[in-house]
Amino acid sequence: MSAARGKSIIKLGRAFGGVVEGRALISREGFSPRYDLDRWSGLISRTGHALEGQNIKDSILITPSAKGGIAAGWAFHDIKAKGIAPRAFVFGVTNPVMVQGAIFAGITISEGWSREPYGLIETGDIVRVDPKRRTLSVVRKARRAADARG
Amino acid sequence: MRLTREERKMLKGERGEAVRRALELQIEVGKFFGARRMVPVSNVHMMGDIEVMGEAGKAFLERLAQLNARCAVPTTSNPRCIDFDYVAKLGQDPDEAAKEKELIAYLRRMDVVTADTCINYQTLYQPHLGERVAWGDTGTVIYANSVFGARSNFEAGPAALAAGLTGRVPEYGFQLDRHRRGTFQVNVKARLTDLADWGALGKLVGESHQNYFAVPVFNGVKRNPGADDLKHLGAALASYGSMGMFHMVGVTPEAPTLKAAFGGAKPREVMTVTDADIERVYASYSARGNPLNLVVFSGPQQSLLEMKTLAALLDGKKVAAGGNLFVTTSNGVKSAARSLGYLQKIEAAGGIVLEGVCFYILQNIARIRARNGWVNLVTNSAKLANIIVAHKFNTLLRRTADCVHIAVTGQEP
Repeated sequence: MSAARGKSIIKLGRAFGGVVEGRALISREGFSPRYDLDRWSGLISRTGHALEGQNIKDSILITPSAKGGIAAGWAFHDIKAKGIAPRAFVFGVTNPVMVQGAIFAGITISEGWSREPYGLIETGDIVRVDPKRRTLSVVRKARRAADARG
Repeated sequence: MRLTREERKMLKGERGEAVRRALELQIEVGKFFGARRMVPVSNVHMMGDIEVMGEAGKAFLERLAQLNARCAVPTTSNPRCIDFDYVAKLGQDPDEAAKEKELIAYLRRMDVVTADTCINYQTLYQPHLGERVAWGDTGTVIYANSVFGARSNFEAGPAALAAGLTGRVPEYGFQLDRHRRGTFQVNVKARLTDLADWGALGKLVGESHQNYFAVPVFNGVKRNPGADDLKHLGAALASYGSMGMFHMVGVTPEAPTLKAAFGGAKPREVMTVTDADIERVYASYSARGNPLNLVVFSGPQQSLLEMKTLAALLDGKKVAAGGNLFVTTSNGVKSAARSLGYLQKIEAAGGIVLEGVCFYILQNIARIRARNGWVNLVTNSAKLANIIVAHKFNTLLRRTADCVHIAVTGQEP
């Protein structure tokens, strides 16, 4: 357990939605629900994606950019209804499709980081997104097992 | 946001519940991007098919239709996931095909023109310089902004439909002058003789600059590009780079000069693309020892002139035994291709021409791939080579004539 509970480590540029907490899923690679995701299981399915094989369900998905794809608008609504949506999308830079889709689906979304999250947050950490205060904070660091993917 | 009297009436529900909900969504999106007002649009293009919408999306449309929602401005639809004549042949789910029909009926009740095409800019509607539209499908948006000088953001299905219902969009992004200026320069030294070359250029520039607000300015293009060239360039930039706009000096309307394209500002970066760079793109794809038995011309749908080229390349030839050749286009283009005899030549060679769909969104495509044992997919579309990897295809980008050669012989030239 870390002493970093609730400690704000990253300021977010802009954000929508409710305050959420969840397991961080962090990637240095951009994300698209059309290109990368199996929208029936929630698994990142794109061969060679940095998060291939990981499940986005109930996660706080932290990713540097949005990739192509107008499909996110309906896709986020669809995966929310299927119960496999993440709790929040925390983008470095995003595009309107992701924003429109997340707002339509009622999923918390943000864009812009005051500093890069890599090294500060690792996959498995419990993090909190507060759209009103525009903060991303670590609630609890993950216990590091043999393998920590990032 | 500053709302007009009419918009305040909409928010109170005086224009109906569907319009109220649509405007609420638009205002939240506008607030996120710091929009100050809504602006009217004259044309809407939306994506909506059962593969991407799922049950929840269909139920949403059903509720809207029950609320007597009607589009306030002309609204057309992007490709769907099913060509009803090919459900059985492709092994798609009849249940999903039935749902797709229901979905189309809801859209028509809302006065959506279900043209099912992603080349609306070639076949349906050509906005003028400065015209505000709300288009979905990233390839349509980048074409509208760049080639016509019209104004649109990426409008995802629900956002585009909202724009159709309210006849307006929040003013942010490419609706504003300040986001339309070039941000970096691309000196083009490559010759770009095939559609796939233009797509490869888009891949090189897009992949290295993934940012919606990055606007490349192409300078030094030697050839006078055609509409299909710019279509493949734009589709690739949008697909690999999530970009919504580019300039091409001396070609696109907001770039009469390099200086004008940057609006007086300096480029943040200058990159150069040569023939060798384009060749390296092709060399990066490999069949990995697996059969070359699937060639696809899709993403975006084929224009009539692309159909003409394919017909000429395939005339008197046959797709190799065990091979497959798919083409997707719109109903309008397919009809014209039939009248002109292009369709017959493609079909006589063994090609399958699907209408109203795009290959990568075909319902059940991952299972169709698995059932046919397809591993490789050869295409002249850089966009398709990118997007369909999600369905576990290994893709190979090749020039148009090389794609046809592979379809006919099963071998690389």
